[in-house]
Amino acid sequence: MMAALQELRTAGTMQLRGLQVRCVRGGREVFSGLDFAIAGGEALAVTGRNGSGKTSLLRLIAGLLAPGGGSIAIEGGDAELTLPEQAHYLGHRDAQKPALSVMENLAFWRDFLGGESADAGECLDRVGLSHAVDLPAAYLSAGQRRRLSLARLLALRRPVWLLDEPTTALDAAGQTMFTGLMRDHLAGGGLIVAATHGPLGIAARELQIGAAS
Amino acid sequence: MWRDIRIALRVGGGALIGVLFFLTVVVLMPFAVGPDLALLTRLGPAILWLGALLASLLTLDRLFMADLEDGSLDLILTSRTPLELTCAAKALAHWIAAGLPLVIATPVLGLLLNLDMVATGAVALTLLAGTPALTFTGMIGAALAVTLHRGGLLLAVLVLPLAIPVLIFGVAASQAAITGPMTFGAPFSILCALSLVSFVVGPFAAAASLRHGLD
Repeated sequence: MMAALQELRTAGTMQLRGLQVRCVRGGREVFSGLDFAIAGGEALAVTGRNGSGKTSLLRLIAGLLAPGGGSIAIEGGDAELTLPEQAHYLGHRDAQKPALSVMENLAFWRDFLGGESADAGECLDRVGLSHAVDLPAAYLSAGQRRRLSLARLLALRRPVWLLDEPTTALDAAGQTMFTGLMRDHLAGGGLIVAATHGPLGIAARELQIGAAS
Repeated sequence: MWRDIRIALRVGGGALIGVLFFLTVVVLMPFAVGPDLALLTRLGPAILWLGALLASLLTLDRLFMADLEDGSLDLILTSRTPLELTCAAKALAHWIAAGLPLVIATPVLGLLLNLDMVATGAVALTLLAGTPALTFTGMIGAALAVTLHRGGLLLAVLVLPLAIPVLIFGVAASQAAITGPMTFGAPFSILCALSLVSFVVGPFAAAASLRHGLD
């Protein structure tokens, strides 16, 4: 009880904030003047039509794109680490080597990305992949690959989850499972920023990109 | 870091392609030049070096491109492992998977080019000292090519000028050991120096290129 309270308190001070964020890609302005702020335990659903810059926003937060203006900062996290180092980025591509087994893929990213880690087998169990531990990733279906990516979020504790269309290719049971994972993450004081077209299944604030134009 | 090497080894069908290419070039050369043994001996080191250079260019293309395509590069950039270290590990893995087999194949191929034991040993030694330089400078080109979304052609254009000094001193050292008026030591030390410089410059340049160029 005390530990949980402690965790909530430290998490409560955590805040991800973007001020007047502007994104330019290929000389063309995608969006500008975007403001957002979420605190620990909150989720932000980023919506907008195709090409409005949802993925770009996530990549900006993950430090994979240089902002064309404005600032994105995290407060109250580990001061030693940059924002990208505290974030999990789950993109369209699953970052799995087809020649390595499911377990090797997961264990590699867990050890390579660095941080407080959990038991890989347990994580695979939670996403429903425990039967395929030794299978080469090449044989996984699209939905199973997505589940393996989700296992990465669990294998390594990082407070910020940046999810790009996270439920793509997941079946109904998978989506329910994923909703549970997100709830747990928020309850532990984590932050979620998700680009999505459908409902996330959790309470989330909405940020609509390109609404004005 | 050793996992990175293992991934490169396991996934690296590219390594075999490099060695096969090396083999093909060197095996075909005696047929093209003709049955003049003295000429073959004289050309031998140059042929081996050219083969190794082109073989490593062929495989360098995949160094970052494969990671870009499957999204691994995104995760590498958000890692707590310093990017420079990752680049160095990747280059090392690439060299072990693609460069070292070239060195090992050299003695066998030396036979085909009418090189005696000393000459083959000299070429293998220069390749051992020189191919890391090819890999580490090539990595800069590979990183640039990835960030500019262009393929292997750009890589070749970028890397070749950097590889020319390595080629010059590599062949010079081998020739010196076989025939030359010069001593083996001088060009060989410069070759080693080139490799050492590339160890230092390569990872930092590649990491800087990846960090600033991504879009």
